[in-house]
Order: sequence, then C-alpha cells, then structure tokens
Amino acid sequence: MGNWDWQVFLQDTGGGQTYLQWLMSAWGWTLSVALLALIVSLVLGSLVGILRTLPNKVLAYLGETWVELFRNVPLLVQLFIWYHVIPTMFLSLRAVPSFVLVVFALGFFTSARIAEQVKAGINALPKGQRYAGLAMGLTLPQTYRYVLLPMAFRIIVPPLTSESMNIIKNSSVAFAVSITELTMFAMQAQEETSRGIEIYLAVTGLYFVSAFSINRLALFLENKVRVPGMLGGGK
Amino acid sequence: MNLNLDYSFLTWGVVSAFFTKGLIFSVQLTLVAMIGGIVLGTLIALMRLSGKKWLVMPAAFYVNTLRSIPLVMVILWFFLLIPLLIGRALGTELSAIITFTVFEAAYYSEIMRAGIQSVARGQVYAGYAVGMTYRQTMQLIVLPQAFRNMLPVLLTQTIILFQDTSLVYAIGAYDLLKGFEVAGKNFNRPVETYLAVAVVYFVICFSLSMLVRRLQKKIAIIR
Repeated sequence: MGNWDWQVFLQDTGGGQTYLQWLMSAWGWTLSVALLALIVSLVLGSLVGILRTLPNKVLAYLGETWVELFRNVPLLVQLFIWYHVIPTMFLSLRAVPSFVLVVFALGFFTSARIAEQVKAGINALPKGQRYAGLAMGLTLPQTYRYVLLPMAFRIIVPPLTSESMNIIKNSSVAFAVSITELTMFAMQAQEETSRGIEIYLAVTGLYFVSAFSINRLALFLENKVRVPGMLGGGK
Repeated sequence: MNLNLDYSFLTWGVVSAFFTKGLIFSVQLTLVAMIGGIVLGTLIALMRLSGKKWLVMPAAFYVNTLRSIPLVMVILWFFLLIPLLIGRALGTELSAIITFTVFEAAYYSEIMRAGIQSVARGQVYAGYAVGMTYRQTMQLIVLPQAFRNMLPVLLTQTIILFQDTSLVYAIGAYDLLKGFEVAGKNFNRPVETYLAVAVVYFVICFSLSMLVRRLQKKIAIIR
C-alpha cells in the first residue's frame, strides 16, 4: 500500500484529457447537480412547508402526503422512478437529459425534508404573531409574507445549512444513472488506473471542500440576516 | 399520460426467486448495522463525553469524518480497502455489513451523546454519592435513561438506515432493490418492478415511522 503514485492524475484518459481535468469536470457536475437541486428543493420545500401550517385542512393534508411520500422511499429508488418510469408515462419527457431528471429527483426528495424544517420554523413562532398580523387587517398571504416567514426562515438557517450539506453528499447517487459526477469518476477512474486510493482520496477531499464551503457560506448568511437582539444576535 | 402496467409475470415463484433473497439481505444488513452501530456509537459517545483529550479527539475525528463523506463513497472505500488490509477479497455482502456498522456508528453516537447529555447531572452525582463507580453509574443509571429518551430518534435513524441500504447498489450487492431490478430485466418489465419496489419501501418505512410516532407518544406520557 505504501507507494503513492499521484502522477496518475497527469495520465491521459484516452479521451484527450488528463484524469485531473476529468476530476475537475466531475466536481463541476457534482456542484451543478447539488446547487440546482437545492434551488428546486428550497422552492418546493417552502411551498409544501407553508401548506402544512395553513388553516385549510385539505391543503394541510396535501402537504403531509407530499412529505410522507418523498420521505419514505429511498433516494436511489426515487431516482430510478424519475429515470425509468416517468419518461414512459409522459412521452414528451423522453428527450429530457438525465442531468435534469437527477436534479428533480434530488430536489423533490430534499423538498420533503425542507418542508419539515419550514413547518417547524413557522410553528416555533408564538401564535400571537399570526393573530396580530390578522388583527391588523393583513390578509393571510400578507401575514405570511411580512410577519411569519421573515422570522421563520431566520430560525431555520442552521437546519437548512445541514440540508444543503446533505444535498452535496446525496448528489453522489447520480452515479447510478451515469452522470459523470465525482462518485462516478471515482468508480471509473479506479477501474481504469487501479490507483484507487489516490483517486478516492482526491474525490473525498473535494466532497469535504464542497461541504465545508457551503457551511462557511451559510454561516456568513446567518450573520448577515440576523435580527439584532434576537436568536443570539444582539451585536 | 400513458401507463400500461402488466404485472402478469408476477407469480409466487418469481417473488421467492428474486425478491425474498434481497429483502432478507436488506433486513439483515439493517439489523446488524443497527445493533453494531448503537453499541459502537455508545462507546464513541462515552469517549467524546469523557473529558479526556486523548479519547475525545479520536472520537470526534471519527464522527466528523464519516459524517462529511457521502455514504456511497464510504461503501466504495471499504470495498477497496478491506481486501488490501486482510489480503483477500471479501464478498460484497460482508463488506456492506462492515461498512454500514462503522458508518452508522457515527450517526448513532451523535444521538447517544445527546441522550446522555439529556440525563440530569444530579443523577450522576447521586450514583457517585451512593458509592458507585463510573462504570456502574453509566451502566445502571445514565445509559438506560439516555437510551429510553432517545429510543424514538434511534428508531427513526434505523428507518433512514434501512433506506440507505439500497446504496449497496454501488458495489452490486444483492439487496431488495437489486432483486426487483434483476426481475425487471429478466421479464423485460422495468417500469413495473421499479414502481413495485418503491411501493414496498414506502409501505415498510411508512408503517415503521407510524409505529415510532405512537411509541414517542407513549414514552412522552410515562416521562
């Protein structure tokens, strides 16, 4: 095991690029899948989370169903449904590249977890805030927009941060539908070069760097949006 | 929307030939990793709470490292490293069992750490005051309470673990998902089998999480 061979990254893959260049493009795929899925999941998750706190029972029930559905099926199985089942159901989706399907699979899966956080954030606020908003003559949407959501989202920045880091990790399932992201790169390059340890170390390192950067970014954001005098702020 | 499902290939023979083996392995992997992970995780949690630097540091390193790597990569790492360390190839199934035990221990240890910290400090002092050793205090007073307080969270983590076992796909182990996939390829009915496996996972995980919710209410009343 002792002898390293990092020069493996300068070898040609046979396709006119070095393994280092391939590694970097794989990192790019991982980041794009993760970031786009994060956007999808934030939008959907916020909507579903809000639905679950509405006084309308039907809408709240719809939200609950959404969460249970996407939380109780493994991500990999959901990905296969998106990849193998949905395009046969809707023929117009046949032309959609698998990259987009992965973004949706990961985004929908994570939206259930984000909806859970959003609901918890809204319910963490004192009930009086909602009543105060309505008593002042704001409509229900206005109460959410100006009273509840600004506070709720600030409360849930820490759990959203860990969800964002999870999304980077979970994007690794994309290997199963042949997206050449980091995990796929690791599997293929390991097979081709037999320098598994060097390849895996590089890939693992990049996952670390990606997750850590998200963590720092979120911390910066958390400080930026903090309300003075609340939630441990008060600087 | 067009969806012509044809489940006519599904007979008891098919079920027992393709699905049972996979289901048994998935359940086996979940149970072994749960028990091994909770035991190992409790030890790691005790190390982290010991206050001794030479115990805290390696335990924190273990947990933080495993928690920041995707599970698929951990599976690949172990599949690569175990043969290099023991000098012979290990089957995908055994490799998966070792990987999941080690990996889940990191997550269970965080739960157990929170559980131990949730036990009132006075309980520890009371243990010492009646002349118990550290080991006795932990074993007889703190850990049973911590375990009980955290039981719903530990079980929820186990449901996640059960879902995550599908990731052994990366090394080709024959689990629940693989069983359905192979059947789908054999009978040329991939759409039907992928839908069916999703339903199976959903039914198992949803019923388990309902049970956990009931348990949670029960425990909350007793406390």
